[in-house]
Amino acid sequence: MSSLADRTATELLADLSSGRLTSVEVTQAFVDRIEAHDKKVGAFLRFDSLPALEQARQVDQRRRAGQPVGRLAGLPVAVKDLLCSRDEKTTCASRILADFVAPYDATVVARLKAADAVLIGRTNLDEFAMGGSTENSAFQKTRNPWDLERTPGGSSGGAAACVAASMAPLSIGTDTGGSIRQPAGLCGVTGLKPTYGRVSRFGLVAFASSLDQIGPLASNAQDAALLLEVIAGHDAYDSTSVDRPVPAYSQSVRQPLEGLTLGLVREHFGEGLNGEVEAAVRETVGVYRSLGAKVKDISLPHSKYGVAAYYIIAPSEASSNLARYDGVHYGYRTDEKAMQAELAAERQRFESAGNKRAIDEMDTPLVRLYRRSRAEGFGAEVKRRIILGTYALSAGYADKFYLKALKVRRLIRQDFDKAFQEVDLILGPVTTSPAFKIGEKVNDPLAMYLVDLYTVSANLAGIGGIAFPCGFSSGGLPIGVQLQAPPFEEDRLLRACHMYQQATEWHKRRPVL
Amino acid sequence: MSLSRAEVERIALLGRLQLSEAELAAMTEQLGQVIGYMDLLSELNTDDVEPMAHAVEISNVFRPDELTPSYDRSTMLARAPHADGEFYLVPAVLGD
Amino acid sequence: MNESYTTIIGLEVHVQLLTRTKLFCGCSTKFGAPPNTQTCPICTGLPGTLPVMNRRAFELALRTAVALNCQIARYTKWDRKQYYYPDLPKGYQISQYDLPFSSDGYLEIRDPKARFEPKRVGIIRAHLEEDAGKSMHDEKAGEADSKIDLNRAGTPLLEIVSQPDMRSPLEAAAYLDELKLLLTYLEVSDCNMQEGSLRVDANVNIHVHQPDGHRIPTPIVEVKNMNSFRAVERALAYEAERQYEVFQQTGQRLGQVPKQTRGWDDVENITRAQRHKEESSDYRYFPDPDLVPVTVTDQQIEAVQAGLGELPADLRHRLELTYNLTPYDSDVIVNKGRGLVDYYLQTAELCGDGKLASNWVTQDVLRELKERKLSIDEFPLRPPALADLLKKVKAGDIDTTRGREVFLAMLAGGRSAEAVMAEMGFEKVDESALVELCRELVEANPKLVADVKAGKLQAAGAFVGQAKKKNPNVNPGRVREICLELIGKM
Repeated sequence: MSSLADRTATELLADLSSGRLTSVEVTQAFVDRIEAHDKKVGAFLRFDSLPALEQARQVDQRRRAGQPVGRLAGLPVAVKDLLCSRDEKTTCASRILADFVAPYDATVVARLKAADAVLIGRTNLDEFAMGGSTENSAFQKTRNPWDLERTPGGSSGGAAACVAASMAPLSIGTDTGGSIRQPAGLCGVTGLKPTYGRVSRFGLVAFASSLDQIGPLASNAQDAALLLEVIAGHDAYDSTSVDRPVPAYSQSVRQPLEGLTLGLVREHFGEGLNGEVEAAVRETVGVYRSLGAKVKDISLPHSKYGVAAYYIIAPSEASSNLARYDGVHYGYRTDEKAMQAELAAERQRFESAGNKRAIDEMDTPLVRLYRRSRAEGFGAEVKRRIILGTYALSAGYADKFYLKALKVRRLIRQDFDKAFQEVDLILGPVTTSPAFKIGEKVNDPLAMYLVDLYTVSANLAGIGGIAFPCGFSSGGLPIGVQLQAPPFEEDRLLRACHMYQQATEWHKRRPVL
Repeated sequence: MSLSRAEVERIALLGRLQLSEAELAAMTEQLGQVIGYMDLLSELNTDDVEPMAHAVEISNVFRPDELTPSYDRSTMLARAPHADGEFYLVPAVLGD
Repeated sequence: MNESYTTIIGLEVHVQLLTRTKLFCGCSTKFGAPPNTQTCPICTGLPGTLPVMNRRAFELALRTAVALNCQIARYTKWDRKQYYYPDLPKGYQISQYDLPFSSDGYLEIRDPKARFEPKRVGIIRAHLEEDAGKSMHDEKAGEADSKIDLNRAGTPLLEIVSQPDMRSPLEAAAYLDELKLLLTYLEVSDCNMQEGSLRVDANVNIHVHQPDGHRIPTPIVEVKNMNSFRAVERALAYEAERQYEVFQQTGQRLGQVPKQTRGWDDVENITRAQRHKEESSDYRYFPDPDLVPVTVTDQQIEAVQAGLGELPADLRHRLELTYNLTPYDSDVIVNKGRGLVDYYLQTAELCGDGKLASNWVTQDVLRELKERKLSIDEFPLRPPALADLLKKVKAGDIDTTRGREVFLAMLAGGRSAEAVMAEMGFEKVDESALVELCRELVEANPKLVADVKAGKLQAAGAFVGQAKKKNPNVNPGRVREICLELIGKM
């Protein structure tokens, strides 16, 4: 059955602009999809049709009255529950912020509102974006719409799954080590991680500040271009946002690139890469060749150190960014009476054992308040990363771990700089394998971390990357391919992706739910 | 390179986490593995490499010294787990 | 002072910079607002917020560092200093660690009473950071909750760390006075200790002199909670003596025990050990990824240098050189602030006698300011009016005693010296009339003349008294001169 929800954002927007469709009709179509399927998928943490439809009605009214409307007027957009929205909950999929209501809008949210997008719901994620399967959400699991036994990837698992399941035409994700590209790849949608500094991080709850970027997820390059165009640009509230003009991505995306040279990274095709994935990626190279691209073998010699450097830098920054969740100014606080009772019992135990030293070393009530609030508020993976990052920054280890990782980061960036002197884009796999089963890696953090092998380097280097479907496994799971570009060449990424999508149909496939 | 249980305990205090015995054991083992993997970096000679803390090389970003309205106290204190209408409250802090 | 040891003192001073808004957000820094009314999502560290640096704060910091003769880093960055405290809402303080924007400066101190030799106190570094909020604890600790006010959180602070170059509490006090004066001249801080805009911590130990000439250093102690410069002086004097006693009892040297922190108790006049958990000192500094580095060019530094104006040390030098003032007088004028210096300079220029102007400004003007609780800018008698009066005094039109009466009347009535003098009937007695008067007196007092001739010059004073009875406006000095001259001719 063909529904409005199966059409692309660009098509819907054209019909909304021309008056052939109303926003209420469009929004209702996606509301219906969510109501029909999200019980199975679990992409949305919060979804409320009433305010969404009300917003749609208002946009329709303004459009009918001939009043000016924004760039995305009337089009539903889902937002990862990691961006603040004024007077609404932002939970970061964490118990510690389960009831947190921000008194302000993230810049990206403000831009979506200014563009008259219909904010249709908040998508699930790994707690504080830490994870690659969305299993680390404190509230629910999100399932891969292509196989409900499998994860959608993460951390923007809800953001990717809702697009794959046609529950939203456009979706906002965030990418710290692959959190847009990896779930896009595993769910068969198009996801772009912009150059660091391209999109304001103000109001994005920080995981690792020097790596985090917000980006679009959509059905295709053209839709992603549309969304990026709205959210990108300089912001005086983010010192790291770069002040340079935003190209009209949604216009230029249709122009094919001429004389394109693609780089294939030797190190990407080593051991561990699933055969079907490798085949699909190599086939993609063939498609580009047929479109006139030249292909070069290149090397990123330090890419194998990417995961190690990333899992030092990201947790280090995270351990610091998450220090503010202490149960004092906002967020979850442990039961104080129980906490005091626990301390009293401890003291009594030490006293009767005559253990004076243990009494001296006991936590003060304030320290125990912090420790209990955080222990009860954070999930296992967040705790692991806090410990890891605290360790990597602590006296005696900072040089060996944190500083060393920053140096390796420089080497990784230099590899890219060198490579981009020879090629326009780098093409490779997004992940070693298609979507893995729920529960498969939860007790093996290292195995989970290695999933990020092909994606972390772009974050470390600060460059942009785009992931999109390039085939399916024999089991019917999407396989993604990744393009990476020099800084601020989002336009090149989108055009190259669009070229491919003009020549192929993979991105049009949708799961049956 | 691995991680001792005592070290995890010390780090947990530094990071203000309370870990159960089971968590402590699991964490020691899992993070031991991860830190073992990090050893990969030690094979690289990085003596002459400048650390890279930022993903973009920009500098001198300032804002003007201009007042913007503060938020209402009631708005700010509304999300505090414990407040008295004027202050955030915490269990008595002794000594330092 | 105890001669058996030398006291070694280094000071860490935190000053609030005079910005309108906080370091990273637009909230006001004004002192005294009701608790938690000057906060926003940024300075309370709400999730998702980011800092953007206040340009003025950096400029004020730079200005201070240049005035402190510091080396200015061409590249500086911002670091997170991490520790948990309820008045630190992000769980870290944005500060500077390994690349402060300035280092290696100095401040010259001297004592006009010459109790110590003039010296340069080295400045290790000055760096910019954000302040924390305020915690208020219940008097009966443990009884009630502690209260947190975040109004102050995020206020820009400049931390100025001195070398351990001071050798007595007196030198430490002189350093603080001079630093405060400099900061006030630079208009970078109001340095109000009561309002917490200037805070001092001290690192102190002693070098105990041994009979063989060796000196043994005691463990360094950090002293906190000193709420006035006077308290700093007393706390340091106490602490040095305490360390000497401890050394005599235990022989403990530097390096044998960990660094201790002690708080000054202003009531008991003692320092007390403060409890500190060891782990709390692992601050895990790392570069703040939310802020970008700042670069400073040579031209910028030159421009700051050029815009500093005359600083206290330069001014004292100029007053001593150009107006021949004693170090004591130049100190009195300069230490009262730029306003008084300007007042003095104008008065001195207009009346043409720097020494005379100094006498009047440091005695009469300062006395009246104090009595009337006025600042020099509010003082109704402006330099041209005072200079007019001083010119008359200098010319001998009026003596100093009467000059003071005129001064007070001018101050009360806002009138010119001339007008007041006319009203009070003070007018210059014509020289020929004065000579005539003196001649009469000399002729009428042969006994006094004989006394003077016999060498009892003080007898001339009697002529002055008689002259004043006949005409209150005579200039006593001149009467004396003329009388002596006449007697000499007899």
